[in-house]
Amino acid sequence: MRKFFAFFKARTMEFVRDRGTLFWNLLFPVVLVFGFAFAFAGDGEPLFSVGILGTPDEDLAFMEIEEIEFIEYSGTGNESREAVMERLRRHQIDMLVDFEAQEFAINRESREGPVLRRLFLADSAESLAAGGGLDAAEVEQREPGQQEAAQQESGQQAPGQQAAAGSGAATFTEQEITGDPIRYVDWVVPGVLGMNMMFSCLFGVGFILVRYRKNGVLKRLKATPASPLTFLTAQAASRLVIVVGTSTFVYAGTNAFLQFTMLGSYLNLLLVLILAIACMIAIGLVVAGRLKSEELAGGLINLVTLPMIVLSGIFFSLEGAPDFLQTISRALPLTHFVDGARSIMLEGAGLLEIMPNLLYLGGLTLVFLALASALFRWE
Amino acid sequence: MAPILEVRDLRKQYKSVRAVDGVSFTVPEGICFGLLGPNGAGKTTVVEMMEGILQPSGGEVRFRDRPIDTEFKRRVGIQFQSTALPEYITVKETLELFRALYPHPRPIDEVADICSLWDFLDRDNRKLSGGQRQRLLLAIAIIPKPEVVFLDEPTTGLDPQARRNFWSLIERIKAEKATILLTTHYMDEAQLLCDQVAIMDHGKVLELDEPQALLDRHFHGTVVQIPNPGDLSQLRQARLPADAVFRDGVIEITSDRLDQTVRELLSAELNLDGLTVHKPNLEDLFIKLTGSSLRV
Repeated sequence: MRKFFAFFKARTMEFVRDRGTLFWNLLFPVVLVFGFAFAFAGDGEPLFSVGILGTPDEDLAFMEIEEIEFIEYSGTGNESREAVMERLRRHQIDMLVDFEAQEFAINRESREGPVLRRLFLADSAESLAAGGGLDAAEVEQREPGQQEAAQQESGQQAPGQQAAAGSGAATFTEQEITGDPIRYVDWVVPGVLGMNMMFSCLFGVGFILVRYRKNGVLKRLKATPASPLTFLTAQAASRLVIVVGTSTFVYAGTNAFLQFTMLGSYLNLLLVLILAIACMIAIGLVVAGRLKSEELAGGLINLVTLPMIVLSGIFFSLEGAPDFLQTISRALPLTHFVDGARSIMLEGAGLLEIMPNLLYLGGLTLVFLALASALFRWE
Repeated sequence: MAPILEVRDLRKQYKSVRAVDGVSFTVPEGICFGLLGPNGAGKTTVVEMMEGILQPSGGEVRFRDRPIDTEFKRRVGIQFQSTALPEYITVKETLELFRALYPHPRPIDEVADICSLWDFLDRDNRKLSGGQRQRLLLAIAIIPKPEVVFLDEPTTGLDPQARRNFWSLIERIKAEKATILLTTHYMDEAQLLCDQVAIMDHGKVLELDEPQALLDRHFHGTVVQIPNPGDLSQLRQARLPADAVFRDGVIEITSDRLDQTVRELLSAELNLDGLTVHKPNLEDLFIKLTGSSLRV
């Protein structure tokens, strides 16, 4: 135990005193989180965006809806209209209202499209009833084929839409917008923490041990009565404490300003974090088993981390990705941390809901530890 | 006295290179045993097999008449030829780290005294000079109160002043009755510190004895060297002493009676500028044994 604490202390001091590493582990993720918070502007971020052509009708209640961001495009005629249509087609906007031509269009493949259409039709009907404005229902019925090119691409428009349009205009049903007030930063913070955790574990354990082997520190220790098990456990324990500490610092530090959505229990969050750290450290130990070249170790770590950065849903969701990518994603340990942490924070998931993630991380840790202990050599 | 260390027919084969080729010797307790040889002679390989760091391809190493084991690691101290120290920790913290690894370590004050570490005890390992670093490595080696201290080329790369300081440290450790196993390619160092030396080349031990006994066996008298003897054609006619050897443009004479040799040289009318006279040392012995200089 004395040996264990001696190694633990030496390694932890090395980390704390190495300002460069400290910066990467603490400030970089903080900067990243704040960066995301401001880049994807926090409060009042619109849920929908609607492109406008021509002079908008100020009386239209639709135009007053706060949750909609209206983007006015200049220019008239078919050319500019086609350009905006293209934006619609690419989901860069959710709807186009052309006041000049008295037409509107949505993209059926966009989830926001139908909601916007109903909102728009309801409001137009209201203003019609009030004695002015635009008869949207009529517009749509008059020229469906031509106006709604984007809709037609999806191949599933006309009948349902016309029915909806008709009923919307006729009944003035009240439309309710529902949408969780979750900012991108709430969603991305488990990803950033996870990514930082992964790098810290793989480099802090895998890369450092290879460096120790290369420059002879391991050889020196081999000549002492210390056992590899004591030494490696101390390295792992030191890194575990460091990463729990830095993650807490990053979370608490950014949370103080950004107040993340946190519906679940911090204890569960800590649990999934600790298991994920253990798993990453175990991978680091496998990398460090035999290698003597820092370059090779660095390359190998990149090879391990890159798929996780892309496929573990750190910065963007993989919900719409092809099945085979999702299958790969589910095999990656970081995915299970990010998913678990997200469901705790954003959905208030309890222990039972995140159990599959915990079991997967725990199982993978054991597999990698077994592999690492079979591989490890002092030299 | 019974040997503390014994090496029997030790061999090490690396793919196509036979680094150590059947080395045997015994190290009596309490002496300083020197392993000499040029770079690549196999010294470090022998020492690392003795330390239990390298697995021999053949033969065995025995410590107090037992094969080396974990217990052995608690009772020996090692200074490797090149070792990185843990970074971002101070000299004192490094000593504390290594103290924790041994059952009955020396107090820090004691090693700091022996190795003169007081001046830089709180300095970061990365900021040590070459000499300070070697002193710290030596301090680490003596922390376990070792019965045997292995020192692999401890003064290589140090300036003359630092080397002299280091020698006095080794003398202090010797005074504490520890057995020292020292490898070096500096002959003056070996001659000063070692009670016994083994001269190695090409993975084999060429000679093994006390330094003076070796010199007495191979040399008699004094060596006279004449670096610029003058015109070669003239030389052939000159009457040189009978045992003069002409090597690399230098005339070398081993003389039992220096007065007579000097008279002969004067009468030969040679250019005696730069003439040197010295007692043969291990360097001369090595050149005689292997035909090459030790420091090559």
